[in-house]
Amino acid sequence: MHRFANPMRFVRLAAAIQPWTAGVTLILLALGLYFGLFDSPADYQQGESVRIMYVHVPSAWLAMAAYSTMAFASGVGLVWKHPLADLIAKAASPIGAAFTFVCLVTGSLWGKPMWGTWWAWDARLTSMLILFFLYLGHMALLNAFDDPTRGTKAAGILALAGFVNIPIIKFSVDWWNTLHQPASVSKVGMPTIDPSMLLPLMLMGVAFTTFFVTVLLIRVRSEILAAKVRAIRLNQIHSAPGAISGELVGESPR
Amino acid sequence: MTEGPLSSTFSADGLACVRGERVVFAHLEFRLTSGEALFLLGPNGSGKSSLLRLLAGLLKPAAGRLAWDGQPVAEDREAHAARIHYVGHHDAIKPVLSVLENLRFWARLHDPEAGDARAQAALERFGLWHLRSIPGKLLSAGQKRRLNLSRLLAAPAPVWLLDEPSVALDKASVRTLEAVIAEHRAQGGMVVLSTHADIDLPDAGTLYLDRFAPRPAEAAEAWI
Amino acid sequence: MNRLAEIIRRDLRLALRQGSDSVMVVTFFVLTVVLFPFGLGPEANLLERTSAGVLWVTALLASMLSLDRLFLADYEDGSLELLALTPTALELLVIGKVAAHWLTTGLPLIVAAPVLAVLLHMNADGFATLLFTMLLGTPTLSLIGAMGAALVLGARRGGVLLSLLVLPLYVPVLIFGVGAIDAAVQGLPAKAQLLLLGGMLVAALPLAPWAAAAALRQALE
Repeated sequence: MHRFANPMRFVRLAAAIQPWTAGVTLILLALGLYFGLFDSPADYQQGESVRIMYVHVPSAWLAMAAYSTMAFASGVGLVWKHPLADLIAKAASPIGAAFTFVCLVTGSLWGKPMWGTWWAWDARLTSMLILFFLYLGHMALLNAFDDPTRGTKAAGILALAGFVNIPIIKFSVDWWNTLHQPASVSKVGMPTIDPSMLLPLMLMGVAFTTFFVTVLLIRVRSEILAAKVRAIRLNQIHSAPGAISGELVGESPR
Repeated sequence: MTEGPLSSTFSADGLACVRGERVVFAHLEFRLTSGEALFLLGPNGSGKSSLLRLLAGLLKPAAGRLAWDGQPVAEDREAHAARIHYVGHHDAIKPVLSVLENLRFWARLHDPEAGDARAQAALERFGLWHLRSIPGKLLSAGQKRRLNLSRLLAAPAPVWLLDEPSVALDKASVRTLEAVIAEHRAQGGMVVLSTHADIDLPDAGTLYLDRFAPRPAEAAEAWI
Repeated sequence: MNRLAEIIRRDLRLALRQGSDSVMVVTFFVLTVVLFPFGLGPEANLLERTSAGVLWVTALLASMLSLDRLFLADYEDGSLELLALTPTALELLVIGKVAAHWLTTGLPLIVAAPVLAVLLHMNADGFATLLFTMLLGTPTLSLIGAMGAALVLGARRGGVLLSLLVLPLYVPVLIFGVGAIDAAVQGLPAKAQLLLLGGMLVAALPLAPWAAAAALRQALE
């Protein structure tokens, strides 16, 4: 048990990194939004609505990156029984779900001017929708058990199964889409992208990534502290029958 | 398997068990050789059932190791599973299968070669043979428990892990169980059991689990 | 292998004596399919065009009906502990249980499917492919479903949760199942789709029992 990396060391490390990632996020987000909204050209075809891309595309990237993070952490947690990895997987899930949701909403908003409809069964959007369901299932499973360790372990297996399935789902949806999609609507993607558009896109991409890292660190830290509180309570229950629980809960972490 | 002249040992070193983020016991050790029996004693929550599940292989130890003749048990799950019989709190009896069908299924699953003669002998021993075609749902709690215990005899295994085996048994059945355990030990078998002290086993060892309770400071430390 | 046969035999016997879910599953399948003409209208063209999709979506939902009980009874009466302590790979026993489950629920669906295809005016060219896709697809559904069933053991609201976990993973089977039938009806070769369905079955056969067994061991801890 004690051979595992010390979680309290992680908490200290995270506390040290967090201001930096948060700062970088703010700066890059401000820059990216400025370039994206004001200092980049409107698309000759799509007009001003192309600016949705600066939120939509990075969200899609992060939605997938978060799932990969989650699956990787789950794998580490399952193989090496590293509790910190389980916590990272647990913490990544809602953030990834939020990115997926943002991606779907912005995709829908983008679809209105582009396709003339809020929703088209476009291959990429459909895959994202299924990814969203995978996230929802993962989060539901995490919280479905009275024993939190059982939840993390079961969710770990699900995350891996989902990860194996994502390429298959992606492939099948692409195949299905090319079969059913009328040719007129299908090509919306980004054609050759102009450097003036690439810059804000990249800035936003990095900003979203540092944002993800920041939130992940906060969530893992609070999970560790919550586990610590539970540990203190358990100690009270099992070692000192007379102790009043809650007495030590406010204790600061070592 | 055990009938051979060779004596085996089943041992634990530095065993620790974590349940629901709580350390139940730590640094637990024992050594059991052929023909020996071990009583697990301790108050509620001291980990008697957890230890039995751990010995069976249903739980993984948080630390320490279990060994059979010095070989780590974790290396070969299946070989270990073939060595043990575990009787837990539930009797694992299907209500729509008959007594004999229930027993035969578990015996064959444990040892595909297990013959019906052994199953019959087991049921006769526990006084259930005349009920052999009765469906499980009609059995009383005591009869279910006896049927569950019949598994011990229907397919041989050297190590018996019994979690409160005498629950729901009447006096006579407890005597039968004691006799069955004595025979098993005479043939070189081992028994680990937890009970509320109504089973009498001559010269059985005892393991007081509260001795291995973690110190208060580390009770829930687990990994924090 | 003896043990595999043993567990299949036991589960089939249990299904037979308990009045299995087969009847319920098929009834649900038939009833739900029959609802579609009421919802879509009795127009033969429309029904014909949607028949493959309707049959597959409904079969998929029907096959999920009894999934949450796949391991639940064994979990509750202690049998699962003993199964996990059997001197064999737990994966093998999972395959046995899935096989029995498929025989009692998947197979009846396949038998009922052509009758319902007639009711939906499916083009007769699609019948053979319909059977093929279901033969290849329903075992995959059972395998994936078994993994889900193992994951939700002991969970609150396990049944609803199970559908949330399993349905997104069913999407590829649905797509290629329907795709194959549509192709056959239009006189196109459906070999690619059938091969993909077969491939998914071959992939699920080792992976799903492995994941299910891992989940079952965790449920017992």
